[in-house]
Formats: sequence, C-alpha cells, structure tokens
Amino acid sequence: MMRRMLAIVAVGALLLAACAEEPTVGGPTGQTGATGGTGATGATAPTDPAACAAQVELVQPGVLTIGTDNPAYPPYFAGGETKEHPEWKFNDPYTGEGFEAAVAYEVASRLGFDRDRVVWTVAPFDQTYAPGPKAWDFAIEQISYSPKRDRAVDFSESYYDVNQALVSVKGNPITEATSIADLRTYRIATQIGTTSYDFIVEVIQPEVEPGAYNKLSDSIAALNAGQVDAIVVDLPTALYLADPFVQEVKDGVVVGQFETAAAGEYFGMTFVEGNPLRDCVNLALQQMKADGTLQAIQTEWLSEKTNVGEVPILR
Amino acid sequence: MASAGGGEVHRAQHLPGDPRLPEGRPSSRILAPLRAEGVKTVTVAVLSTVVVLTLLVWSVARSANWPVVRDAFFNGLEFRETFPEIARKFVRNVAYFMVAEPFILALALLLAIMRSLPGPVFFPLRAMAVVYTDFFRGIPTVLVVYLLGFGVPSLGLPGVPRDPAFWAVVALVLSYSAYVAEVYRAGIESVHPSQVAAARSLGLGRWHTLRYVVIPQAVRRVIPPLLNDFVALQKDTALVAFVVAVPEAFKMAQIQQAARFNFTPLLAAALMFLVITVPLTRTVDWLIARERRRREAGAAL
Repeated sequence: MMRRMLAIVAVGALLLAACAEEPTVGGPTGQTGATGGTGATGATAPTDPAACAAQVELVQPGVLTIGTDNPAYPPYFAGGETKEHPEWKFNDPYTGEGFEAAVAYEVASRLGFDRDRVVWTVAPFDQTYAPGPKAWDFAIEQISYSPKRDRAVDFSESYYDVNQALVSVKGNPITEATSIADLRTYRIATQIGTTSYDFIVEVIQPEVEPGAYNKLSDSIAALNAGQVDAIVVDLPTALYLADPFVQEVKDGVVVGQFETAAAGEYFGMTFVEGNPLRDCVNLALQQMKADGTLQAIQTEWLSEKTNVGEVPILR
Repeated sequence: MASAGGGEVHRAQHLPGDPRLPEGRPSSRILAPLRAEGVKTVTVAVLSTVVVLTLLVWSVARSANWPVVRDAFFNGLEFRETFPEIARKFVRNVAYFMVAEPFILALALLLAIMRSLPGPVFFPLRAMAVVYTDFFRGIPTVLVVYLLGFGVPSLGLPGVPRDPAFWAVVALVLSYSAYVAEVYRAGIESVHPSQVAAARSLGLGRWHTLRYVVIPQAVRRVIPPLLNDFVALQKDTALVAFVVAVPEAFKMAQIQQAARFNFTPLLAAALMFLVITVPLTRTVDWLIARERRRREAGAAL
C-alpha cells in the first residue's frame, strides 16, 4: 500500500496529475482536490482525503461508485422510492436520506465527489465478499467487522459502533426479562449475515436451539407468526421494527440491548482486499469524527428519528 | 464408449446363452470391458484419465484469480473449523428425508391408482389426480416450501401445527408425490394388458387384479427410478432451510459462510450430501443393471 503510493509519487507530479481524474473537483462543501499539492510535498502519505482519493483508480473513472443492498431499510436508508431511480425499491439511496446514505455522501464529499458524481449500485450481501472484481468502490450495508471476515475483505474504520438488541412482541413473557440469564428458555432467532447468531449461541446460550432466517423480512414474518419468541438485530433496526408508527413488527417491543459495541462490534464499509481507497475513506471518517459531523449524522438519523423510549441494557 | 459396446458384443458372441454380464459387484460393468481387452486398454484408459485430469487442473490453476478463488472456496482452515458442526446438523436432513419418504410413497401410489381407475364413474378421481400432478410438478418445490412454511403457520388456525419444519416436510411430500406418482403410473402402464386379461379370466375383480397382479409387477419394475427420486429428495431437504430457522447442514453452512466471508462451509455441506447420495446412486445403477440382466435373460427364453 505504502510502497505503491511512494512509487506513484516518484514518477512525478506531472504524470500524477495526468493519471488523476479531473483533479480540480469542487464539492458543495468546498472540499477541493489537492492532487498537485500532495505531489509537491513528496514522499509523505496524504492527509487530505480528496488528495488521497485522486490517486486511486476507481471502478468507474471520475465517479465514486457505492454499493448497497436493494431494498435498503430504514433507518439506514430513507426517503422512499423515486421516479428518477425506479430500480431502487423501498428507499432510493440517491436521496441521501437515512444514516448510511448520509454518511456515504459526506464521505464522498470529503473524497472530492460532489453529489452528482456519486453512483449507487446494488451490492447483494453475499457478493460483497465473493472473490473477484467488484462493480463498486466500497459497500456500505451494516456489515459488522469481525477478525474472521477481515481475512476476506478490507474494512474501513467504524462509522457506527453497534449494539445488538432483542425484539419481541407485547404479551410474550420474554419481554419481562431483565438479564441475559432470563432469556435462556426462549426460542430466539436472527438472520444469516449478521454476527448475532454467534452472539446468541455463545452469550445467551439458549436451552432451545436458536435459529437463523435467510433475510430480515423472514425474521419479521416469523416473529409476527409467533414461530419465535424474539429476534436479535442491531439496535437501530430494532428501534425501527418496534416503532409504533411503523408496525413492521406488530406490537413490537425492544426488550433490551446488549453491550456489543463496548466489546468492539462496529459497522465498516467493505473494500476489495488491498484497495488503496480504504485509507482515503479512513481519513475522511477521522475528519468526520474530529469535527463532530459523524455524531451529528448519527443524532439526526438514529437518535432523533426513533419513537421508542430508552432501551434497557441486558447483562 | 465404442470400445465398451464392442466388448459386450464380443462376449455375447462367445458365450451364447450365458448371462450377458459377470455377476456381483456394481463395478464389474465398468471394469469388465477392460479385462476383456487386456492390459493395453487399461493403459490407454489410465493414460487418458491422467491427461484429462492434468489438463483440467492445469487450466484452472493457471487462471490469474485461482489463488483468491482457492482461498474463498477450498480453504483448508475454514473447512476444518466448520465441517464438524455442519456434519452434526446433517442429522436433521436425514430426519426430514426419513419422515417424508414413507408419506411420499403412500400418497404417490394412491395418486397413481386414482389415475389408473377405468370407467366413466371414476372420472372425477382421475381428473383430480391429473390436476394435482400437473400443479405440483409445475411449480418449483422451493415455492411450495415457502408458501406452506410461512403461510400456514401465519394463519394461526387452532389445532393446526405452527412448526414451520412440519409444513416444510409437508411441502416436500406434496411436491415429490407428484413426481413419484408419475413413476408409479409408468410402471402400471408397462404391465402388459394380457396380464389384466388373464387375471380377469381367472375371475379376479378389477380391484383384486390391480392389487394382486398389476401393482406388484409395476412397483418392482419402477424401484430404480423411485430410488432416483429419493436421491433428489435427499438433496432437496436443504430447501427446508428456507423456512426453518433451526439450522440443518445447508443453513449451518450459510451461517458460517456469512460469519467468515468464506464459501468453504458450503463445500463442507456438499460433502455431507455426497456421502449419502453417491452410495444411493450407485445402488440405483446396480439395481437397473440387475433389472436389465433379468429382462434380457427372460427375453432369451
């Protein structure tokens, strides 16, 4: 990574400028590409995300291609369907609404891509880690980091430290649980693709064998049909499912949350292994953490938009 | 192929009246032509196998992305870590299969008999059997599994089981009995009309003719294709994973695949299915060969 960058710099600022796509990029936030400046400072890694991104070969030259799943669920994507992009069901990511859409556009802007140079493409979960070239520069779809997964893809730094939570329905005795030990006798499920299955097996250790559904919509259907007592999902999703105005889970209740964020679980964007863009995105995320932008986006989309009260912590 | 066919003709000419093929092990049909034509044939066969395999392995391994694909699909470490758990869950696949099989056999036979009933009185039954078979053979099994597995428990009908595993197995029974009914029907229709005529002339009624003359001959004749369908059923127990959360082998493989971002667990599941399906398939081959020997021996009389 480092060596490749040094090699590029050594070839000279001229060639660098020639290779870079449209080096004078100005987003609405005023992040201008500073490619020439980086070349002049010599053999130091760029600290400006836009300068960093200008040196990276993108999937589609000149635009930042971001992958996410379709349909994309709230609160990560919001804004509904649009006539402009009918291929996106449920929520059109181009609206920039929803937590992940907002984070993605903010990162893009700091990388030097204004809104009309961001392209969204469908990245089904399984394909984000399949070997081979990808149709996107990075994927953002609530993918939790784990050391096992890190063997196959590269993760960005955290854009959200995530707690897992337990969703059930009113009247089910599991809603009276106040500790993890209280959950052992119930039928609990999650969905494939989350890290929750390991969490249920290893931490909750239910007496009834826990299950995993193929999709979130299947977990919801199973909960609504009373086939399981509760499902484990990430906290923002739990708050959305149990939202009394959404009724995605009928009479849904968030029983409690688990302190998985404190144990190091976080969402990261995923990259093909060795993609140098990862370092540029990390620079952007570091800036966003330092100046409070990330916290502001979190507050706007994850804290203020919920109609569920305080969620107790289960230990 | 040409040399194998030639070998059989050759032997048939030299051993008139004898059974066409050596008795015993299922492998004898593959090896017999080689023995007959001697060491040279064996050498050619071995050489050609080695050349073909080498070319295959070489052409795959020289592709630029092979190391990445190997790590993602044929990863020894991931295999060792996930195989034991997947193998344990395979017990569930065997259980689904064992429970579904007797019901499929019974329901399919009933359908085939319904369809074979003669006379205008039984037209409604025949029509029902035809519609049933057309319907369940015409739609993908996974859809039946999905519709019953999620649909019926959601109805919340009193007294109706809510366990999706129950309904997934019911879906397998419904779908497979349509296929198996056609196999039975082919068997029933293959029984020569003279058999029925003979039974009727001996004073057996229609039902007794069917029960004691037609069905026993038909079923014996279709055992190989029946087993064929059960090899397929064994594989399709993986479809249960679409609606049942509690993991069987395939779902466990999917869980591990997503947890590790590696596809090797699917390979581990595939291996478990092969452990069951390959011996079953070889048994079917052997049964078909035996059936053919019997028929040919009968024809020689």
